[in-house]
Amino acid sequence: MSVSKLPGTKLSSKEMYSLPGLVESAPQAKYDFSAGPTISRFLQGLKEGKILGRKCPRCGRVYVPPRDYCEYCHVALTNWVEVPDTGTVHTAVVSYISVRRERLEKPEVIGVIRLDVPGYPPNGYEFAGLFHRLCVPPEEAMSDEVIGMKVRARWKPKEQRTGSILDIECFEPVR
Amino acid sequence: MGMVTNLFVKDRVAIVGAGITTFMRRALETPRELAWEAARMALDQAGLTLKDVDCVVIGSAPDTFDGVHLKGEYLADGSGAIRKPMTRVYVGGGTGVFVPVSAWWHVASGLCETVLAVGEEKMSPAHPHPQYVFRYIWDPIIHRPLEPNLIWIFAMEMRRYMAKCGAKKEDIALVSVKNKRNALDNPAAQVAANITVDDVLKSETLVWPVQELDISPVTDGAAALVITSENVARQVTDSPVWIEGVGFTLDNQHWENRELAFPRYLNYAARMAYRMAGIERPWKEIDVAEPYDPFDYKELHHIEGLMLARPCEAWKLLKEGYFNRDGELPTSPSGGLLGVGNPIAAAGVMKVAELFWQLRYEAGKRQVKRPVHRAVANAWGDLMQAGTVIVLGN
Repeated sequence: MSVSKLPGTKLSSKEMYSLPGLVESAPQAKYDFSAGPTISRFLQGLKEGKILGRKCPRCGRVYVPPRDYCEYCHVALTNWVEVPDTGTVHTAVVSYISVRRERLEKPEVIGVIRLDVPGYPPNGYEFAGLFHRLCVPPEEAMSDEVIGMKVRARWKPKEQRTGSILDIECFEPVR
Repeated sequence: MGMVTNLFVKDRVAIVGAGITTFMRRALETPRELAWEAARMALDQAGLTLKDVDCVVIGSAPDTFDGVHLKGEYLADGSGAIRKPMTRVYVGGGTGVFVPVSAWWHVASGLCETVLAVGEEKMSPAHPHPQYVFRYIWDPIIHRPLEPNLIWIFAMEMRRYMAKCGAKKEDIALVSVKNKRNALDNPAAQVAANITVDDVLKSETLVWPVQELDISPVTDGAAALVITSENVARQVTDSPVWIEGVGFTLDNQHWENRELAFPRYLNYAARMAYRMAGIERPWKEIDVAEPYDPFDYKELHHIEGLMLARPCEAWKLLKEGYFNRDGELPTSPSGGLLGVGNPIAAAGVMKVAELFWQLRYEAGKRQVKRPVHRAVANAWGDLMQAGTVIVLGN
């Protein structure tokens, strides 16, 4: 590529907003999603204060979040199992921005929790887990100690639970 | 050369031309005009015209970025697809490399002799920030209620890589420094710069450990390739660049159920492509690489997934200058997504175009120092689970 000038014209922000014929459009679309039979039952479990997984009759994997079928054996999952609401922090991050990229007043700590589900080797590639908030101060979340930390689900009071992933407020350290 | 193990391939496939627009935020041109500019340049370089094109492959990421649905059809005329068989391929960020992979099977199957392969993305129209559009890739039931922003995922992977591999933020920031510096020699580049590790560490923290200069920018742009059978390639050029191997695989979409420190989605695809190319020791046999680098840690992640370094060791080699343009195994000599920009599907095509120029010794000031025979590029996408790989040779 020996060309020094390539096609394409860059506009400054000011130039863009003074373009003739600039159209602004904000699509309005609403969706109602059904959770499906398996996740509906999982959400019902959360409402009851339980984390439910589902086991593959062929390979023995326990899926959390549960699935309808085994991704590897492609057979229907049958047995529901209640799994512990404890685990260890697999990874943790501190978010300073919102979904719209606005600066957050109070940073949020989020992570992946490797749940204490039997059948998965401790350092294996696969595990049963959830992606959720961590009730850990940001400074602590950035320290090396947080990786592998023991945590437990902090449940919302029973009357406030609606059958949502938010029925768990966060995972908090087991001190 | 090793033996090509796939016996079902009918025709050897070559790249004979490449084109690219300037990568920028806020392009005056419409998406289809950008596609046309890149397509025309690729055909000009190949010495071919639209009449010579049998089939067209178009790649573009979610329609929501440009804000125009049926993106493939929308881009068709600019991409030269009217009255021709046209395919649009899409695997999120993995699309860019999937475009030439798809063009490869169009030709290798014997279906088409000459394919125009075009990647385009225009991200700057989305407001207040294109990041918001990514909201719609998350699971609506168990993820979206947590109000995730896209950078969460990358931050989680980067943190896991740091924790498992012992890399520090300053070690990873060196990728950004290298790629933005490489981009200074690229006329398409949007964010080329001479920066220091300190500049990266002082930039705005978005989702710790990810800071602003760890990330590629919001970009508009297009890139295109002309891909032909051996028969056509021998007629139009003395220096065809052969597509020797392709790979594309998925890992589990549930990344709360898998190790994030090593990219298996890519490793499976890389093994597929190397097997086809007869490559057994990629760390010795690959001369130059364009690993997908939307984030700085991602280049290290992908170098390891491509088996160009052992797991957890890419960051150590980086510090020794191993991946510099004059190093033993130069990576992202184009400047990568971190330096040239990241118009999603066009960015992956840009990486393959760069290897095409490198293998023809046409990369000018960007030409790597060592002799080059074999090259590999990859891209990554979907819900962070798709790997696409292409191996090229001259």
